[in-house]
Amino acid sequence: MPAFLKIDDFSCGYEKFVLKHINFKMERGELTGIVGPNGSGKTTLFRGITGELEAKEGSVSLNEKTLQSMSFKEKAKHLAVVSQHITATDIKVEDYVLMGRLPHRKKFQFFETPHDYRIAYEYMKLTNVYHLKDKFMSKISGGEQQLANIARALTQQPELLLLDEPTSHLDITHQVQILNLIQKLNQEMQLSVLMIIHDLNLAGEYCDYLIMLNDGKIHRKGLPEEVLNYKDIEDVYKTVVVVKENPVSKKPAVFLVSEKILSNEKSS
Amino acid sequence: MHKKFIRWITFISTLILLLIITFLVGLSTGEIDISIFEIPKILIGKEGIEYTIISQIRLPRLLLGIAVGGGLSLSGAILQGIYRNPLVEPYTLGISGGAAFGVAIAIVFALPLAFGSFILPVAGFLGAFITIFLVYFLGLRQGEINVNNMLLIGVMISFVSSAAMMLLMAVTTSENLHSIIFWMMGSLDEPKMSLIALTLTISVITFILSLFFSRPLNALRIGETNAKHLGINTVASIRILFIIASLLAGACVAAAGVIGFVGLVIPHLIRIIAGSDYRILLPGSFLGGGIFLIICDTIARTIISPNELPIGVITGIAGGIMFIVILSRSKSNFKMS
Repeated sequence: MPAFLKIDDFSCGYEKFVLKHINFKMERGELTGIVGPNGSGKTTLFRGITGELEAKEGSVSLNEKTLQSMSFKEKAKHLAVVSQHITATDIKVEDYVLMGRLPHRKKFQFFETPHDYRIAYEYMKLTNVYHLKDKFMSKISGGEQQLANIARALTQQPELLLLDEPTSHLDITHQVQILNLIQKLNQEMQLSVLMIIHDLNLAGEYCDYLIMLNDGKIHRKGLPEEVLNYKDIEDVYKTVVVVKENPVSKKPAVFLVSEKILSNEKSS
Repeated sequence: MHKKFIRWITFISTLILLLIITFLVGLSTGEIDISIFEIPKILIGKEGIEYTIISQIRLPRLLLGIAVGGGLSLSGAILQGIYRNPLVEPYTLGISGGAAFGVAIAIVFALPLAFGSFILPVAGFLGAFITIFLVYFLGLRQGEINVNNMLLIGVMISFVSSAAMMLLMAVTTSENLHSIIFWMMGSLDEPKMSLIALTLTISVITFILSLFFSRPLNALRIGETNAKHLGINTVASIRILFIIASLLAGACVAAAGVIGFVGLVIPHLIRIIAGSDYRILLPGSFLGGGIFLIICDTIARTIISPNELPIGVITGIAGGIMFIVILSRSKSNFKMS
């Protein structure tokens, strides 16, 4: 069966940093996480997939069609991005979410149709921001902004959702709320999700597959229990960790150990 | 229909009504007052001193007022949108400085004597055009548009051209100096009907064209990267919008001289009243700019009648005070998107 998302020998990057020969496939309906230390190339890979960075070699294809060959508009119908930085402005939540309909608007269509409103409202209710619809984006909390951001991306009705650290700067209540939502979308709507996630524990808990990047290359990919082992984590993050099984979810859980305790361990 | 659209239609209708009213008041007031109700009769009769006053003096002025006021305000709204900076206006980017410098060169080298007075708007437009060209190409970085870079270069060119102009003013005759200053203060008093028609045409065409770019402008409100993700070709959109907005400003400055404040204040007023959606902001700014400049011009030519104040004085004072009052009274936190 042809792959849903296929990253084929893909290289892209900047003058000083290049992502080299990335290969991976993703099937429809998968929830895949990208992990790796700062500067390992997670965001560069994202920008390569969205086309913000030009491919130096290789290709990214969705349903057998390379993204490079698609127009901006066509791409936006298939792929929605929830970026880390929300430009909080004087725009109402409702109008912000409705922007997700932009790629679906016809050439000379100036106004949103009732259909556009219906879709936007549906996803605002699903993400629990409908009650905020008349508030300004700049007046709601960081967690609510992120939810509105997801609602906007869903309103694009994409096949693939890309999320760049959706839970950064949020407290655990919102982290869990957002990841539960993503998991629910993934399972109930068969939405394919590729997300960058910093927290290894959350990555292990929520993702079907993980891709660990290091220094512009894929260090390891596979199931969370294959990728999250102390050897690979220590190699990539240069940090001593202990990996145990979460007693409830049976997923790998990563524990950090402070230097003081480590030196005590060694001397004893 | 959604209530937002009903609100927009009401807003635009109100502005059109206001434009018609100010236009009629502008036609009727002046050194000789003519009753508004007699205007149709005079226009149909096509004779008498009143007909000459209306058709030869007041009507062209009002039309130029709509073209320049609407044009500058529209240009400001577009530029604020692509730079996502509330302090940008046509003049921040050095467009007026370039135009003024062009006119100053023309005056100092006595070009109007050689080629006729039509050379002044031409020189103004050339000056503005060269500035736009420099801002655009120096603002490119590795072939890509960098809006912050462009903004800084515009501000710098503005400084350089105003310094160069001061140099010209320092060395030239007092007669030329007077002409330069007079031009710089701006005026809607333009005897050449063809120039007025040209400015009005450019202004209206740019306005219609700009409406087709309300989508990229709206998407840019949430940042360039996010706009790209929404399927907008941001690079091409910013390029085209920059060119049409700055050429429009160049044409307005060339026709009427430096009339400050319209491009900065009117788009902000419309934002406060009607919101920042460009589908309402663009037509609102165009109509609002026209209304504002017609009112200011009517005041400028009647307040110390039979003499006339430079219109820039009125736009500055009236616009500034009006803006501060509305800003301090508006409850919503004023923020630029």
